[in-house]
Amino acid sequence: FSGAGGGNDIQWCFSQVKGAVDDDVAEADIISTVEFNHSGELLATGDKGGRVVIFQQEQENKSQSHSRGEYNVYSTFQSHEPEFDYLKSLEIEEKINKIRWLPQKNAAQFLLSTNDKTIKLWKISERDKRPEGYNLKEEDGRYRDPTTVTTLRVPVFRPMDLMVEASPRRIFANAHTYHINSISINSDYETYLSADDLRINLWHLEITDRSFNIVDIKPANMEELTEVITAAEFHPNSCNTFVYSSSKGTIRLCDMRASALCDRHSKLFEEPEDPSNRSFFSEIISSISDVKFSHSGRFMMTRDYLSVKIWDLNMENRPVETYQVHEYLRSKLCSLYENDCIFDKFECCWNGSDIVMTGSYNNFFRMFDRNTKRDITLEASRENNKPRTVLKPRKVCASGKRKKDEISVDSLDFNKKILHTAWHPKENIIAVATTNNLYIFQDKTN
Amino acid sequence: MECSLDAQSLISISLRKIHSSRTQRGGIKLHKNLLVSYVLRNARQLYLSERYAELYRRQQHHHYPEGAPLLAMPACPPPPPPPPPPPPPAVPAELPALPLPSEQDARSCAALRGGAELLEVPGCAAPAACRDSAPGFYRANGAGAAGGGGGGGGGSAAPGLLYAAGCDFGSGGAPHCSSRTTVLDLDTHVVTTVENGYLHQDCCSQCPCCCQPSAGLPSAPGTKRKYYPGQEEEEEEGVEEGEPGGGGVAGGPPFAPPCTKRARFEEYSAEHPQDSSNISNLISIFGSGFTGLVSRQQADTEQPLNGQLCSKQALASLGAWTRAIVAF
Repeated sequence: FSGAGGGNDIQWCFSQVKGAVDDDVAEADIISTVEFNHSGELLATGDKGGRVVIFQQEQENKSQSHSRGEYNVYSTFQSHEPEFDYLKSLEIEEKINKIRWLPQKNAAQFLLSTNDKTIKLWKISERDKRPEGYNLKEEDGRYRDPTTVTTLRVPVFRPMDLMVEASPRRIFANAHTYHINSISINSDYETYLSADDLRINLWHLEITDRSFNIVDIKPANMEELTEVITAAEFHPNSCNTFVYSSSKGTIRLCDMRASALCDRHSKLFEEPEDPSNRSFFSEIISSISDVKFSHSGRFMMTRDYLSVKIWDLNMENRPVETYQVHEYLRSKLCSLYENDCIFDKFECCWNGSDIVMTGSYNNFFRMFDRNTKRDITLEASRENNKPRTVLKPRKVCASGKRKKDEISVDSLDFNKKILHTAWHPKENIIAVATTNNLYIFQDKTN
Repeated sequence: MECSLDAQSLISISLRKIHSSRTQRGGIKLHKNLLVSYVLRNARQLYLSERYAELYRRQQHHHYPEGAPLLAMPACPPPPPPPPPPPPPAVPAELPALPLPSEQDARSCAALRGGAELLEVPGCAAPAACRDSAPGFYRANGAGAAGGGGGGGGGSAAPGLLYAAGCDFGSGGAPHCSSRTTVLDLDTHVVTTVENGYLHQDCCSQCPCCCQPSAGLPSAPGTKRKYYPGQEEEEEEGVEEGEPGGGGVAGGPPFAPPCTKRARFEEYSAEHPQDSSNISNLISIFGSGFTGLVSRQQADTEQPLNGQLCSKQALASLGAWTRAIVAF
C-alpha cells in the first residue's frame, strides 16, 4: 500500500460523489449497503428501494497518472421487490441489507444480494458483440421468405455498444423466519451462510431448495430470549470457521467440523462490562452491529454503538485494542434513544490488517491506524468537492470552549449518518455512503 | 449517567416505540424490540428502587396494625399453588424489615402465569377485607411457570392486578388510590399517563379504597372485546422443521415473523417478576396477556403468527384492557 501505515499517514482526497444533490431525500434512494468486489474494479451499492447500482473503475489513463480511474455506472437493476405476506399481514421490505461479491471465475461477475427474507444470486455479464448476417432471418428477426434465399451466409459477430445485463441465477427463499442481517461467502467459494436474528443457515450456491441450519439460538420458550444474532462472517481462510456476534456484545467462533449444529461455540469472545459505565442504555450500546475479519484472518473487528474493538482470535477474554468512535455521545444517550439514533447500526471495514474505518454522525467518518495509534475524523460533504483536495481533519468539541474549526456536540446533525463504508481490497480508495450519496476518496498520490 | 428523563418517561417512550414498531414496514424487528425491553426493565428497576426507598421511609413513620406492611390483595379465587417466590432482585438493602412471603402466602393469580409479580404498596391495607391475603410482599412467581393450566383461569385475579397499581399509603386517613399509570391504548394509539388510573369495573370489590371511579380510563365497562379465538402468536411449526427453504416455490408463504411482542414481554415479565405499582400493572398485563396466549397444551400445534390473534382464554381473564392488549 502506498503510504499506508507505518510512518506515512494517508492523505485523503475527494475523488467523486454519486447521487442526487437534493436535500430532500427519497426514501428509496437511501443507500443500505456498499461493497467492492475482489479486484476492486467494481463497486456495488444497494438501496432501500431494492435496487443495486454497480460502478466500474475506468482503466487507468496514462495521461492522468496522478489519479486512479474514476468509477462510473456500470449496471443498475432491481434486485428485490416489496412482497406482502397475506397470511400474516406483513410487508417484506425490498431494502437490500447486504451485497457480497463472488470471486470472478469467468467473464461474468456474480454477486449475492439479500433483503430481509430472500437471497438472490445475480449474474452480471457484458455483451459487446452481436451476431449479424443471418441466412434465414432479417436483421430485425423476421424470417425471410425461403424462396428469396439464394445464397448461404454465415452470421458473424460485429461490435455493438456495450450492454451490461444482470440476471437472477438463483433465488434462495423461504429459509428465514426472522430478518436476515448478514450473508458471507465461504472461502471454498461454493457455500455461503445467511444469518437472521436467531438462526444461521448454510447454503450451497448451486442448490436453492435446501439449506442447512448451523446455528439456532431460539430458546424453547421465547420468554427466555435474551439475545439475538446481529452479524456473522466466515473466516477468510478457514472454510470450516465462522463467527457470529450478538446483541449482548459477545462474539462466538464456531467450527463446523465439531458438529452439524454449531450451537456450542468453540470460542466465546466477551469483555466484561465496566460497571462505572452502567446506564439505562448499557444493553443497547453494547450490542454489536458489525463484525469483520482482518484480511489475514488473525484478527476480527467488532463495532458497537460507541466503539470499535479489535480482537485477536487467540484471546477470548478481552479485545486487544478498543477505539472510541464518538465517546462524546455517551452523555447524550437519552436523546439518542428518544430519536432512535441509538439503534443505528454502523458498519466497519479493514484496510488489510492495519487501519480500520467506521462511520459516525454529521457525515463524519473515522479511521484508526493500529500501528501509529493515530486516528482521524473526516467529513463526506459536497463542500470539499474539488478533486484532489486533501480532506481537512475534523474535530468534535465535547465540552468546554470550542476552538475554531471544531464542531460542538450539540450542533452535530444526527440525520446525517454514515453507516456503510468500504475499502478497496488493494488500493487506498474508499467508498463512503451518506444517506443517499456515495463518496469516493483516494489517497493523494505523488 | 445523566439522563434528562425520569424512569416513568423512559417507560412511556419505550412503550411508544414498541407500539409504533407494529406498524413499521417490514414487520416487527425482534432485535430492536428486545433492546427496548431492556430499557424498560432498567427503568422499572430504577422506579422500583425509588419506590422501595420511599416506602421504607414512610414505613419508618407509620404504625401498621399488624406490624407488617400490608399488601392489600383482593381476594382471589383459590389460585393454583404458587411456585416458590424467587429472591427479590431489586430490593435495596435497606428494606430488610419487610417480610417476605412464605410460600403459602404468595398466591399466584392465575392470570399472572407469565411471571408478573406484584408488589403492592402498603396503605391500602386498611380495608379489612383486603387483609385476607398475605402480609408482606405479595408475590406470584410465574417465571417459567410450567404448564399452561393457569392461563385463563384467573379471571378475577386481573382485577387485583390492576388494583394493585395505585394505592398510596395515606397516613391513616381514607386511603385513596393515587398514582400515575402509563397507559398505552392500542385502539387510539395514544400513550397517556393516567392519574389515579385503574379500572373501576375490574377493581376488587372488596377493597373499598379502590372502588372509586377514576378519570382518564379509556375503557368503559361493558366494552365489547375483540378477539380472534383459536390461534395464537406462535411461530409457524413448519418454519422450524422445514428449515431447508423451498427455493423457487412459487407462492410459498414466507416463514412466520417472530413472536417479538410475546417474546419481549414474556422475557420482561419472566426476568423481573417483582413488580410495583403503575408500571408493573401495565407490564404485567402485557405479560399475562401474552402468557395467556401461549398455553402449553397449545404449544404443540404452533400456528401461524398473527399479531392480532389472541387466545380466548387470556382475553377472558383480562379486564377492559383487553382490547389494548389484544392488538399486541
